[in-house]
Amino acid sequence: MPVILDNCCGLCTHSPASPCPQAVECLSDGPLCHSDESCALKRESWKTAVSHSGKKTPVIFVGAGTCGLGAGAAATMVAIREFLEARSLECIMVEVGCIGLCAVEPIVDIELPGRPRVSFMEVTHDRVGVLLDSMLVRGEVPSKMALCQFPGSGEPWSGVPLFNEHPFFAPQTRWVLENCGIMDPVSLDEYMAEGGYRAFSTALRTLTPDQVCSIVEGSGLRGRGGGGFPTGRKWRFALNTPSGSKYVICNADEGDPGAFMDRAVIEGDPHRLIEGIAIASYAVGANNAYIYIRAEYPLAIRRLKVALEQAERNGLLGTNIFDSGFDLHIMIKMGAGAFVCGEETALIHSIEGQRGMPSPKPPFPAVSGLFGKPTVINNVETLANVPGIIRQGAEWFRSKGTPNSPGTKVFALSGKIANTGLIEVAMGISLDEILFGMGGGIPNGKAFKAVQIGGPSGGCIPAGHTDLLIDYESLGAFGAMMGSGGLVVMDEDTCMVDVAKFFMDFIQRESCGKCIPCREGTRRMLEILRAITRGYRDETPEQSLERFRGILNLERLGQVIRKTSLCGLGQTAPNPVLSTLRWFRDEYEAHIFERRCPAGVCTGLLTYSIDEEKCRGCTLCAKKCPSGAIKGARKSPHYIVTQECIGCGACLEVCPFGAVKVQ
Amino acid sequence: MKITLNGRTMEAREGETILSAARRLGLDIPTLCHMEGLPPTGTCRVCVVEDRKTGKLIPSCSFPVSDGMDIATHSNQAVAARKTIIELLLASHPDDCLYCPGNGTCVLQRYAQELGVRQRSYSGARNRINLDVSSPSIIRDPEKCILCGRCVRVCSEVQGVSAIDFTGRGSSAQIGCAFNEGLNVSSCVNCGQCVMVCPTGALTERRDVDRVLKALDDPSMTVVVQHAPAVSVTLAEEFGIKPGSEIVDRMNAAFRRMGFDRVFPTSFSADLTVMEEAHELVQRVRSGGPFPMFTSCSPGWIKYLEEFFPQMLGNASTCKSPQQMMGAVIKRLWAPASGLDPRKVFSVSVMPCTAKKFEAARPEMGDGAPDVDAVITTRELAEMVRMFGIDISSLEGEEADSPFGERSSAGKLFGASGGVMEAAARTAYHMLTGENLKELRIEAVRGLDDVKETRLTIAGIELKLAVVSGLGNAGRLLRDIIDGKREYHFVEVMTCPGGCINGGGQPFLTDPERVRARMQSLYEIDRNATLRVAHENRSIAALYRDHLDEPGSGKAHHILHTTYSPREVLR
Repeated sequence: MPVILDNCCGLCTHSPASPCPQAVECLSDGPLCHSDESCALKRESWKTAVSHSGKKTPVIFVGAGTCGLGAGAAATMVAIREFLEARSLECIMVEVGCIGLCAVEPIVDIELPGRPRVSFMEVTHDRVGVLLDSMLVRGEVPSKMALCQFPGSGEPWSGVPLFNEHPFFAPQTRWVLENCGIMDPVSLDEYMAEGGYRAFSTALRTLTPDQVCSIVEGSGLRGRGGGGFPTGRKWRFALNTPSGSKYVICNADEGDPGAFMDRAVIEGDPHRLIEGIAIASYAVGANNAYIYIRAEYPLAIRRLKVALEQAERNGLLGTNIFDSGFDLHIMIKMGAGAFVCGEETALIHSIEGQRGMPSPKPPFPAVSGLFGKPTVINNVETLANVPGIIRQGAEWFRSKGTPNSPGTKVFALSGKIANTGLIEVAMGISLDEILFGMGGGIPNGKAFKAVQIGGPSGGCIPAGHTDLLIDYESLGAFGAMMGSGGLVVMDEDTCMVDVAKFFMDFIQRESCGKCIPCREGTRRMLEILRAITRGYRDETPEQSLERFRGILNLERLGQVIRKTSLCGLGQTAPNPVLSTLRWFRDEYEAHIFERRCPAGVCTGLLTYSIDEEKCRGCTLCAKKCPSGAIKGARKSPHYIVTQECIGCGACLEVCPFGAVKVQ
Repeated sequence: MKITLNGRTMEAREGETILSAARRLGLDIPTLCHMEGLPPTGTCRVCVVEDRKTGKLIPSCSFPVSDGMDIATHSNQAVAARKTIIELLLASHPDDCLYCPGNGTCVLQRYAQELGVRQRSYSGARNRINLDVSSPSIIRDPEKCILCGRCVRVCSEVQGVSAIDFTGRGSSAQIGCAFNEGLNVSSCVNCGQCVMVCPTGALTERRDVDRVLKALDDPSMTVVVQHAPAVSVTLAEEFGIKPGSEIVDRMNAAFRRMGFDRVFPTSFSADLTVMEEAHELVQRVRSGGPFPMFTSCSPGWIKYLEEFFPQMLGNASTCKSPQQMMGAVIKRLWAPASGLDPRKVFSVSVMPCTAKKFEAARPEMGDGAPDVDAVITTRELAEMVRMFGIDISSLEGEEADSPFGERSSAGKLFGASGGVMEAAARTAYHMLTGENLKELRIEAVRGLDDVKETRLTIAGIELKLAVVSGLGNAGRLLRDIIDGKREYHFVEVMTCPGGCINGGGQPFLTDPERVRARMQSLYEIDRNATLRVAHENRSIAALYRDHLDEPGSGKAHHILHTTYSPREVLR
C-alpha cells in the first residue's frame, strides 16, 4: 500500500499539503471522498497482502525480542534460512516481539497455508531441522515442541492446546501485549490493518482535548510506572495550565532489576506506544514529545526509530496531522543508564542536558516541567493503554480490574519460578494465581519463600500471604507497592538479609548523591547489612560492638531516609530492608545473634566440619584448604580447626565422599 | 491565608515557603543548602518540618504554604530526623575541627552542637579525596564537602562561570572541575563567591599570612601594606563591631602594631586609576572608540573576559587595577626614590578578594619580580590582628603614611558597585569641561541592583553608562551588547554581586544586610568628605609631577597599564 498521504487514485482530492482528515479510516474502509470500485479493491488486496493468513506459502514467525535473541533466536534464524535454502523451500520469515513466555525461548511460530498458526518452544538452532522437517516437509506438528496454536482459519491441529486454553496464557487479559509476539512490530501496515491509529484519528476528528482527558479520567487509568497517579487527572492539570508550549514525555527508562515490561512493549508493538503518545499530546496540547529510553535497549530504540519514521512519513506525526491543525514531533532521547533518571524531575533535567538529579515537588511537572513548561510524564505501559481506551471507551476499560484499579497490569516474572516471562493480568487477580498458576510454581521442588514486588523501591510478600489481591489499594494496605511490575520470586534457598543487601547495594550505587539522607544513609545501611553478613572469625571486639550498634540504627535510619529523602528513589530506598525486617526478623536475628545464615547463602557465616564416619582420609581437602585449617593424618579422619577456617567452601567442593558438612 | 506554626496562627503570603514564613515569625529552621534569592533545591533535608495533619516531614525551604496548614518546626520527629542527617554527614566527615579553617564559622559544626550530637553514631567508610591546591586563590578540600551544592549554584547561577559541578554518583558523588582536573586549569575566575557560601571548611582562600609574618620578622625587609577601600568598612564585623563601621584609622594603627613599615590606602591608587581610566575614556570619546570601554579593576572579571569573551578584550581598559598600580608605584617609583632596594621591599596587599591573589601572580604584574608580594583577605587580616593580640576597639586611630596616604572619597567609592563609574565620571567630566560636576553624587549608579544604567552629558556629548556586578549579569549584558541590543560608552563591571564589599575575601556568612551597611558606610564617607574627586588629590598631582608626567603618558603607560590575552581553559 502506498504512503497514506498519497492519493489512492486520480479521484482523491487529498495531498500531503492538504491531508485527508479520515486518512486512517479511508485506508481500510475507503475510498471515502469518492467512490471507485477499483480503489475499493485496492484496499481489499492491501488487507490480504498485510494479513499472514491465507498466504500460499508458509509463514515462520521468530520471537526476536531481546529475550529471544538472548536465548539464541539469531542463530535459530540463520538455521531456518539455511534449511530453507538447502531444500529450496519458499517461506516468509517474520521477526516478532516477545509473546511473554521467556522461559521456553527461542519461540518460533509456523503458519502453514490454510492451517492455524502453531507456536513452538525452545527452538534453538540445533532443533530447527527437526521442527521444519516435521512441519514444512511432512506437515506434522512435532507435539513435544508445540506450545500452543492460535485460533484461526482451517482445521485445528490435534493434540496442541489452544492459545486461550494454555495455562500460561489463558488467565491473562492481553490488552497492552495484544500484538506482542504476534505481529511484525515494524510493520505499520499490520498495525493499521488491525485498527491502529484509529483511536488517534477519532480523537483528532471528533473529540476536544478536554473530552479526551475526560474519557481517560473516566476510565480510571492510573500510572503504571509505580506511583499509580490517575492519568487523566495528570493530563488535565497540564491541559489547564496556560502555556505557549507544552511537552509530553514517555518514560521508558526502565531500570528496576528484573523488570522488562516496557522493553517488551516497545520491541513488540512500538506503534501502540506512539499512538498513545500522540493522543496524550493532543489531550494536553503538546506539540513536542520525548521518549526517554535507556541506551541499554538498543533493539527497542531501533524499532522505535523505524516506527517513528514510518509514522512521520505517513503523516501520522508531523505538522497539520490529518488536516486537524495539530502538530506533533516525537523525539527519542537516550538515557545514559542512571536509575534515578526514571524519576520524573531527574529525567526532565537529563533531557535538558543537565545532570540527572531530582528537584523538589511542588512545582509538579504538569505545571512547570521540561524547560519550565507544563509537562506530562507517563510510563510506557500507561501510554500503551490509551489507544484502547479511546477506541473502546472508558466503560470497556473498567470492565476488567477493580473499581479503584481498573484495567490490566503487565508483570515480569523472574527469579526462582518455573515460567519466567511476561504476563498481563486483570487487576484484582491474586498473587497465587500469578505465581502458581501462570508462573508454574517454584522449580526443583523447592518451597516458596517470598516475592519481591516493585523492585528496589518495593517490598516483599512472604509465603502465607499470596492470597493478596494485586491492585494499588490492596498492595498499599499490605505495605508493599505495585511498582512498575517486576516480580522477583525467591525460594527457600534465598537469604532475605542477602536480598536486602543486594537491593541496598543497588540503590546505594544508583543514588544521585544529591540529598544527604539517601546518599549517606543508604551507604550506612549497606555497611550495617554487610557487617551482619560478614564472617566473624577475625572480628575485633570493636567491630562486634559496631555491628550491634548498627543493628539498632538500621530501622531508625530506614525511617529517616524514607521520611526525609528528596525523591521517590530515596523515599523508597529502605523498603527492601524494612519489609524483610518486618517479615523475616528471625533471619536477621539468626545472622546477628547466632551468627548463622539459615539459607546458607552468606558464606562468611557458614561453619564447616568433617563427618568422621564418611571421611576416608584422602587429604584432598587439606591440600585444597587455602588457610591450612584442615588437619589429620593420611587414611584417618580429618578435622577442621574452626578458628582458622575462612569459610571459603573449597573442602566441600573437593570432597569425593560428601564428608564435609556445612551449618 | 492563615497558617499555624508551632501552635501560633499567622498570616502567610501566597507562594512563599514555610521557611520564609517561619523566619518572619523569628523562628530559625536550620538549613545547609538554602540560598536567599535563588530557587530552592531541597538538597540537604535539614530544614524538614512536621506537617501536623499528616505527620509527614516536608522540606520547609521548598514547600509553599497553603491555607490552614499546621506545621511544627521543632517537633520531636523533625528534630530527630535533623539530628540523624547531621550525624550522617559527620560519619563521612573528617574529625579535624581543631585544624579546620572553618572552625568557628562552620555551619555543620554549629548544627552538630545545637542538635546535641555528642558521639560518632555511624562508623564506616569515608571518601578519601585529595586536596586541590592548584589554584593561586582557593583551596578545595573535597573530604570536608557535604555536597550542599551552594558553591555549584553560586558559580553557575550567580557567576555564570560553572567551573565546578557534581561528579560521580551515590556515595562517591563529589564536587569537582571538568575531567577531575584542578581549579587552576578550569574556568574558575578565583572570585571566591564559592568560599563565601560554603557552610564548612571545604572551600577556603589560599592562606598567605605566614609569608607576611616571615617578612615582618625579617629586619632587612621594609614591609609595606596597602588596604583596599572595602576592607576598612568590613573588618569591624570580625570583632563584633556594628556592620558598616569605618575603622580605617584604627586599622592603620593595627598595621603599625604588627610591624608594617608603611601603610598606604589602596584608595590612593584608586584615584590614580581614575586619572588613567578617565583619560582613556576621554581619549576614546575623542577618537571614537572602541566602545563600550570596560573597567579593569576586578581581576575575576578580567579572567572571565579572557576566557569567555576574548573578542571583547580590546574593549577593556588597559589600566591596571588599583592594587597593581599601587604595587608598581611602590616597587618601581617609591622604593628607588626613597633609597630602598626594591628587592628589600615586601609589598603586602589586604583585599576583600581572593582573585587578587591570582592577579598579583600574573606574569604581567611585575618587573622581573612581582609588584605585590603577598595578598591577604579581610579574613586573614582579622586572623593576624587576633594573632598579635590587638584589641582593635581600644586602639587610638592613626593616619596613613605619606606620600600615598591622601585619598579622595572617589577612590574610596571603588569598594562598592558603581563606585568606579562615579569616580571616573567625576574626573572625566572635569577633563573634558575643566569644571566639576554640579552634583558629584550619581545616584543612578548606586545601590545593589544587578544592572544600573544612566546617561551623562559632558561637553555636549551624551555618554551612555552602565554598571553591572555579578559575572552572570555581566555575561548577559555582554551578550546583549554583542547582539546589538544594548549600546554603551562605558561599563563598570565588578565580579562579585554588589562589588568588593561583597567580595570573596570578606568575612564568612556575609548577608545582604551587612553588604548594604558596608555600602552605606562608603556613601557616608563620600558625603562627609572634602576631597571628593581624584583630580584634586595633591599627592596624585605630585606623583605625576615627579614621576609620571601626565595621565596617559609613556611613563604612565609603562608602569600603570597592562595587556590581556585570550585564555584556554577546561570547561
